[in-house]
Amino acid sequence: MTLLVAHGLRKAFGGVEAVVDVGFAVAPGEVVALIGPNGAGKSTCFNMLNGQLAPDGGTIRLGGENIAGRPPRAIARLGVGRTFQITATFASMRVRENVQAALQSFAGKSYGLWRSADTLYRDEALALLARVGMEDQAERPCGTLAYGDLKRVELAVALAGRPRLLLMDEPTAGMAPVERLALMALTASLARREQIGVLFTEHDMDTVFAHADRILVLDRGRLIAEGSPDAVRNDPTVRRVYLGAGTMYGEQA
Amino acid sequence: MSDLFADILIQFLNGLAGASSLFLVAAGLSLIFGVTRIVNFAHGALFMLGLYLAWSLIDLFGRSTLLGFWGGVLAAALCVGAIGVVIEIVVLRRIYKAPELFQLLATFALVLIIKDAVLFFWGAEELLGPRAPGLRGAVEIFGRRFPEYDLLLIAAGPLVLGLLWLLLHRTRYGIFVRAATQDREMLAALGTDERRLFTSVFFLGAFLAGLGGALQIPREPAQLSLDLAVISDAFVVVVVGGMGSIGGAFLAALLIAQAKALCIALGDVSMFGTVVSFSKLTLVVEFAIMAAVLVLRPWGLLGKPLALARGAGASAAPLDPPGPLFWPASFVVLVLLALAPLGGDRYLLVLMGDIAVFALFAVSLHFLMGPGGLVSFGHAAYFGLGSYAAALVFLRLDLPAEAALLAAPLAGGAAALLFGWFCVRLSGVYLAMLTLAFAQIAWSVVFQWNDATGGSNGLIGLWPAGALKDRTLYFWATLVLCAGGIFFLWRTVHAPFGLALRAARDQPMRAEAVGIDTRRVQWVAFALSGAFAGLAGGLFAFAKGSISPDTLGVARSVDGLAMVLLGGVQTLTGPVLGAAVFTWLQDEIARNTEYWRAILGFAILALVLAFPHGLGGALKRLRGAA
Ligand SMILES: Nc1ncnc2c1ncn2[C@@H]1O[C@H](COP(=O)(O)OP(=O)(O)OP(=O)(O)O)[C@@H](O)[C@H]1O
Ligand SMILES: [Mg+2]
Repeated sequence: MTLLVAHGLRKAFGGVEAVVDVGFAVAPGEVVALIGPNGAGKSTCFNMLNGQLAPDGGTIRLGGENIAGRPPRAIARLGVGRTFQITATFASMRVRENVQAALQSFAGKSYGLWRSADTLYRDEALALLARVGMEDQAERPCGTLAYGDLKRVELAVALAGRPRLLLMDEPTAGMAPVERLALMALTASLARREQIGVLFTEHDMDTVFAHADRILVLDRGRLIAEGSPDAVRNDPTVRRVYLGAGTMYGEQA
Repeated sequence: MSDLFADILIQFLNGLAGASSLFLVAAGLSLIFGVTRIVNFAHGALFMLGLYLAWSLIDLFGRSTLLGFWGGVLAAALCVGAIGVVIEIVVLRRIYKAPELFQLLATFALVLIIKDAVLFFWGAEELLGPRAPGLRGAVEIFGRRFPEYDLLLIAAGPLVLGLLWLLLHRTRYGIFVRAATQDREMLAALGTDERRLFTSVFFLGAFLAGLGGALQIPREPAQLSLDLAVISDAFVVVVVGGMGSIGGAFLAALLIAQAKALCIALGDVSMFGTVVSFSKLTLVVEFAIMAAVLVLRPWGLLGKPLALARGAGASAAPLDPPGPLFWPASFVVLVLLALAPLGGDRYLLVLMGDIAVFALFAVSLHFLMGPGGLVSFGHAAYFGLGSYAAALVFLRLDLPAEAALLAAPLAGGAAALLFGWFCVRLSGVYLAMLTLAFAQIAWSVVFQWNDATGGSNGLIGLWPAGALKDRTLYFWATLVLCAGGIFFLWRTVHAPFGLALRAARDQPMRAEAVGIDTRRVQWVAFALSGAFAGLAGGLFAFAKGSISPDTLGVARSVDGLAMVLLGGVQTLTGPVLGAAVFTWLQDEIARNTEYWRAILGFAILALVLAFPHGLGGALKRLRGAA
């Protein structure tokens, strides 16, 4: 059964049609890339999927249930984890505490007034950080981390809710190429092992072609192509859009 | 019926006259905020200064001549403008990049200093101003007499609005001001000298405040309480109109002055068998309007959403759980404090009791401001409602003080639950203003509800019987309850709730994405904070034996802010230290000089200027340098 089915999604900001009639599906364990030039509507799609924006129209079914228009916290609890294009971590907390805050929230413990939070789910948090290779920075304040490291913390935080679906908006922006491939390799293997569906956006085409099972191409709010990496690479419309937008993409044929 | 019509018409004209000077102050505040992003707490003080200066200058130039009067008014406004320039150059210029809270604290220090300067030069007596020559009479309108001078004031508002519009839309200078208000990057692109722009805007804003004050001279006596009264009115107008919008300020001033005037005109009206006293609503109505506007149109009537995201949390350092020695050490301090009054020093006993009460008050405020990132400008509401609840249970229900003390946190918490529900829908300066609005509503209800609260006289005879009758025992009970409250709040900060609260402050979007209901968490924080402030208020009532509406006045809220900021928002122990130092200083200086406010103000300024990035920032830099 498919995990996520979006159908007829639309969103306009004033006169700008950011997303127009977009529909797609993600299966458990599948890694899907959503690509497109700047301003294509990728982040807007993500924001609708995780509830940050209410769609103007369309449905979003997660495991059969329509979640369109629900608040982000409700959608998160249904098993949708997300990372943000502009990294959003809790800057005043240590790396470990970022993950702990998420774990405590998902466990419904956020209204605990008395017990110390310091030890609650500490080991679980460290384990999640180990997964993304951040265990040795667990005690650093998030405000002092390098950009690439913040991205990894975000992934650990997103994983804290044991998501069925991971939405990753430019998860590797600001990372060095090697790091970038490594992080996506990690994500892809996690997805396959734990049957998590992953939808990610990415401007670096090497990363996209190396790890995506399927690619969706968005341009000016519309889905213009969809298919396997090879099919998309050779799609003339996609080529035109990308060349037109002046974005190079790695030809590794 | 025609009587009522005439009443309403006269009050309508009164409203227009009132709107003018309100608009002048608010326009200045709004301009300054728009360009410099500083919320100038001292704007009411500048208004007051304008009024006093006008009193003296008119006297100097000659009361009975046209030139003497109008020359005095204008000179007073210019003087205030010049004082604004000095303030900008000496103080504010150094803290444009400092955290918002520090800017507020600095401008509040100016309030204290200006108040004492006025006290020094003009004394504490109310001063009745001269009438304007040639405008001393009244005109007859529908059989009612209406002062000629007020007709002139009615014209002054639109006139200034027009002049400001011309200045902003028809001059090069106006382009810069508007660019600074709407689009910082554009300002940089215009390549203007920011320093001169900021200084000149401060001149203009202060001039308008001074003019607003000076023009009031024939209408209201100069008095020392005007600074806070005017600033809360001006805040309301600016927030209702939209921060940085001059037209909005005008509209809001009209709306609010008219609403007030209408309440006065209607007076007591019988409706459905009961008498509704509209005149008693005058103090509340503006804050009710503001609350409604903020909830329905959070950016004000004509305002635009501004990027105000300079929360305290952005730069906050991690809040680590206390080390192994912290609690034992705190316990030792507590025991020492408990032993201190055994020497039989009554004075020490009272002072220590006050410190305990205000430490809890400050910690409860810090709980919201620090970990919560929710700056409450009206925290005294919860404190004061706690006092009144305890007092009323004690006096009217005849229950013992022990039971009455239970009512205090319940009342504080309930009020915070009610006010907080609205407040958590906003953030930043807007949230602060809404908390202020609610506090003012609470204050005016207490102030006017004579039958229940004793009105301006307050309530007396709050001396507990039984075990708490003994003052030392009462002190110990206070100490235990306050320390217990502080202990609880500190634990909560380090509990999962505290983590969720900090998460909501640091990054609300992310917090929601991990399932945290940020509004609900902040709402609960409000309730907890209010409950402990209420407890502090209850303890205060029985320590003093009497309470008055001052327990929930703006001044008390500001005291709380000063305590927290003095000690530092970044640490948990800071507010306790701040409360102790503040309370002691206030007491110590007040006993030795009349001018304790100015001394406190200068101390705060020195602190702010020495550590423009906050004490936490200073410590960080020290550590970085080491
Ligand atoms: N909150 C908003 N208000 C107004 N317009 C918006 C808003 N968010 C996005 N837009 C507009 O919607 C369109 C799509 O934006 P979106 O951020 O989804 O693009 P994107 O594909 O994520 O681009 P990028 O690759 O730059 O991240 C753009 O034209 C953008 O200007
Ligand atoms: Mg984007």
